[in-house]
Amino acid sequence: MSLTYEDVIAKYEPVLGLEVHVELNTHSKMFCGCSTIFGGEPNTQTCPVCLGMPGALPVVNEKAIESSILIGLALNCSIAPFSRFSRKNYFYPDMPKNFQISQYDEPICVNGYLDVEIDTDEGIKKFRVEIERVHMEEDTGKSLHVGGATGRIHGADYSLLDYNRAGIPLVEIVTKIVPGTGKYAPEVAKAYVAELRDILRSLGVSDVRMEQGSLRCDANVSLRLIGAETLGTRSETKNVNSLRSVERAVRGEMIRHAELLNKGERVVQETRHFQEESGLTRSGRSKEQAEDYRYFPEPDLVPVAPDAAWIETLRATLPEQPTLRRKRLQTEWSVPDKEMAAMINADALDIVEATVKLGADPTRARGWWIGESSRFAKEQGITIADLSISPTDVAQIVALVANGELTDKLARQVVEGVIAGEGAPASVIESRGLKVVSDESALMAAIERAIAAQPETAEKIRNGHIPAAGALIGAVMKETKGQADAARVRELLLGHLGQPTT
Amino acid sequence: MITHAAHEMASAMQAGEITSVELTQAHLDRISAVDSQVHAFLHVDTEGALSQAKSVDDARARGEKVGPLAGVPLALKDVMVQKGIPTTAGSKILEGWRPPYDATVVSKMKSAGIVILGKTNMDEFAMGSSTENSAYGPTHNPWDLTRIPGGSGGGSSASLAAFQAPLAIGTDTGGSIRQPAAVTGTVGVKPTYGGVSRYGLIAFSSSLDQAGPCARTVLDAALLHEVIAGHDIHDATSIDAPVPQVVQAARSGDVKGMKIGVVKELNGDGYQAGVRSRFEESLELLAKAGAEIVEVSCPNFEYALAAYYLIAPSECSSNLARFDAMRYGIRVGDEDGASAESVMNLTREVGFGREVKRRIILGTYALSSGYFDAYYGSAQKVRTLIMQDFNSAFGKADVLVSPTCPTTAFKIGEKANDPLAMYLNDIATIPVNMAGIGGMSLPCGLAPEDGLPVGFQVMAPAMQDQRMYSVGAALEASLLSQWGAPLLSQIPALAGAK
Ligand SMILES: [Zn+2]
Repeated sequence: MSLTYEDVIAKYEPVLGLEVHVELNTHSKMFCGCSTIFGGEPNTQTCPVCLGMPGALPVVNEKAIESSILIGLALNCSIAPFSRFSRKNYFYPDMPKNFQISQYDEPICVNGYLDVEIDTDEGIKKFRVEIERVHMEEDTGKSLHVGGATGRIHGADYSLLDYNRAGIPLVEIVTKIVPGTGKYAPEVAKAYVAELRDILRSLGVSDVRMEQGSLRCDANVSLRLIGAETLGTRSETKNVNSLRSVERAVRGEMIRHAELLNKGERVVQETRHFQEESGLTRSGRSKEQAEDYRYFPEPDLVPVAPDAAWIETLRATLPEQPTLRRKRLQTEWSVPDKEMAAMINADALDIVEATVKLGADPTRARGWWIGESSRFAKEQGITIADLSISPTDVAQIVALVANGELTDKLARQVVEGVIAGEGAPASVIESRGLKVVSDESALMAAIERAIAAQPETAEKIRNGHIPAAGALIGAVMKETKGQADAARVRELLLGHLGQPTT
Repeated sequence: MITHAAHEMASAMQAGEITSVELTQAHLDRISAVDSQVHAFLHVDTEGALSQAKSVDDARARGEKVGPLAGVPLALKDVMVQKGIPTTAGSKILEGWRPPYDATVVSKMKSAGIVILGKTNMDEFAMGSSTENSAYGPTHNPWDLTRIPGGSGGGSSASLAAFQAPLAIGTDTGGSIRQPAAVTGTVGVKPTYGGVSRYGLIAFSSSLDQAGPCARTVLDAALLHEVIAGHDIHDATSIDAPVPQVVQAARSGDVKGMKIGVVKELNGDGYQAGVRSRFEESLELLAKAGAEIVEVSCPNFEYALAAYYLIAPSECSSNLARFDAMRYGIRVGDEDGASAESVMNLTREVGFGREVKRRIILGTYALSSGYFDAYYGSAQKVRTLIMQDFNSAFGKADVLVSPTCPTTAFKIGEKANDPLAMYLNDIATIPVNMAGIGGMSLPCGLAPEDGLPVGFQVMAPAMQDQRMYSVGAALEASLLSQWGAPLLSQIPALAGAK
């Protein structure tokens, strides 16, 4: 008999803790010059340093320090005037030195916060998520365990090691415990990761692709009886690879914990792995016996002591916070809430803004991106940013419609052509012959031919029966193969038959 | 020619009296003749050495300007990686490994035209004071083959004393350049920490390790020092400042008006009588040369050894974790069904020697949660106190001096089963590493009671390495005029040598 979510929240209060690992998008690794490009042939992006060869030494990537400071500033943290790297010692084959260079007791950024909003039945609700620390470390290599049932090292026939990822700069962002979210815990967790992702993207410091692992979230969840002071035992769920999964994982863990607690059993402090298909977690490594990592200051590196003036220079370059930017754009463009949500969902904000900056009307720009383009993107299974139509193309199309050189119908064909890779709007119009027939004498000739073909209809219009105009307009549009502006045809027709045109 | 100083060999080549190929061949012949007795080398790169020698000769023949040590042969401690050349750090675990890259020191020497003869024996991962901890058997002191040549760089110092090479590279974590120099009657310098790049030096204790020059004269050491020193972007702890003018200091050897501080705590009880008398005589010579001798006290030095044996093992326990059979070196127990964990364990069990295991265990324990503050933390505090002692001593004197070691070379096997007695050898050299300053050892005579060399240590403040060379050169000149010939001219001839 399984509990419902309502049963859980009626009795327990969830407490969250979120750890997000972000791969920085620096060109080179954290401590050597190797490339960080994703997807290379195994072990082609390695050198003595990131392979942990005897004698090799790490040297800190300045760009990674800069990115970490930017992240800290964007999350309202204090930047430590003096921070240090430490060694986290443990043996694992995908870790070349058998220690990870990380920051331990002296991280680069501390004590920040991030405000997130969620849309609920009771309206928009705001939660403040406090950030404990932001620190730098190096990623490990990847192991591929071949054979055996579980895909884990135990029981595998053999294992393959790829060190391309070893030494990629990682930033870990750790929240303080987040109490007080109540039934909204899963949504707050998701909103936090989403907001964080948007901030990181706006800073340009990471690709933030959860599916490629450049943004990874570990969700810590514990429950306590409502009103209780002491925290319950937490589980740490790893392998949460999408925003939706963050929400599902938190919800699933809340239910699992509640079921255990209701049965009088205890929650085991452990790492759990999220299963995308089932939405459930499976048990991983127990953390009941804390592992002793024998941290000590990394003697091969000197402390990081960023110049105060440099920090201020970086602060001055911080982009507008995504939430504030969304609010501003929504007001400037007068977008209704629902449509704003659709635009955010389709990840279209940047591209619409770029189109508007090129002079396009915001409503029209939004219409093209959210309507046509997003439909094509969905068909191709890509994002609108990856379509072969650019903000410049859309801005041109909007302008052509505005000055009557294209009808909406023609414009749709132009969009389709550009997306199909037929070139810029001008060349699609040219090659497909999509120009509006704007030559008025040609239109008048077509109108006269239509009147001649349907004299009775024309007579009805002359007698003031305006709705009859539709049939004649249709005939003209047919003759011009749809390339005339229907509104203009109507004006010319009614005028010609002595009727008011408005 | 092989008994000459390196700078004399360089002049002879410059004058066209001898080619580098001839000189290199002479040293290779000497190695063939005597190394079965000395065992200074783990690997001799005959082909590579001759080819480097030939390219220097060719460059000289084309009239190209070459460096002051171009064409001079050198012995490289096996803890330094050299591309394509077997490098073991004296350990079985790295048997057969050929590094894919050159240490910065190696590439600097290659560009300076120095001819690398081969790799010298050492205590495994530089842990030891006698070279008995080498997985490949001990090196013998050319002064007395039944005695140790010092350690960890016993191979490098023995090769100099046995005229197998006029120059060598050593590394010094607690005395591994200076103590072997002292017991073999040669010169060894540990530069200021960060003065010479550690990139490519197989780490024992990162915060203490420092590579430096070994030679038979102070000037030769200075010439080599200038070749290998300087800032390196591949070593974050390397100092970004001009290299001290050590050659100039060694050439002038001027100590007039210099204040030389004798460290009270590094003399007296526990120091062999002959060591003390040679040391005192040297002080008199320096006074005669115009220096003022003062006494200084460094009360915290008594804790240096204890703190060293927490810091060095702690760092080594982490530095040596990478030897796990996954990427390089030997692999033991990789049979069907064996887990990665068991292969790692077996490889480390078989690949590491007793002393290395002892220190890994010690360091692992010292870093464990709950013990960290008491051990590693306290040791770091002692380190700060030692630096303060040096600072105040350098307020009273330009350089500090002491005997390099409490005794002359002991017998092979004598202390092999007594680690503490072995560790005490480094009592006078360790404070220098703890403070990151420079230290030099040069020969100051033979102890009357055993006829074995005694070392004189000079210590200078960080980045003031030239002061050691001034004092070293002054003392060397005074001693030479007293002796009439270099100390090594008294070394017994090795059987089988021409
Ligand atoms: Zn690399």
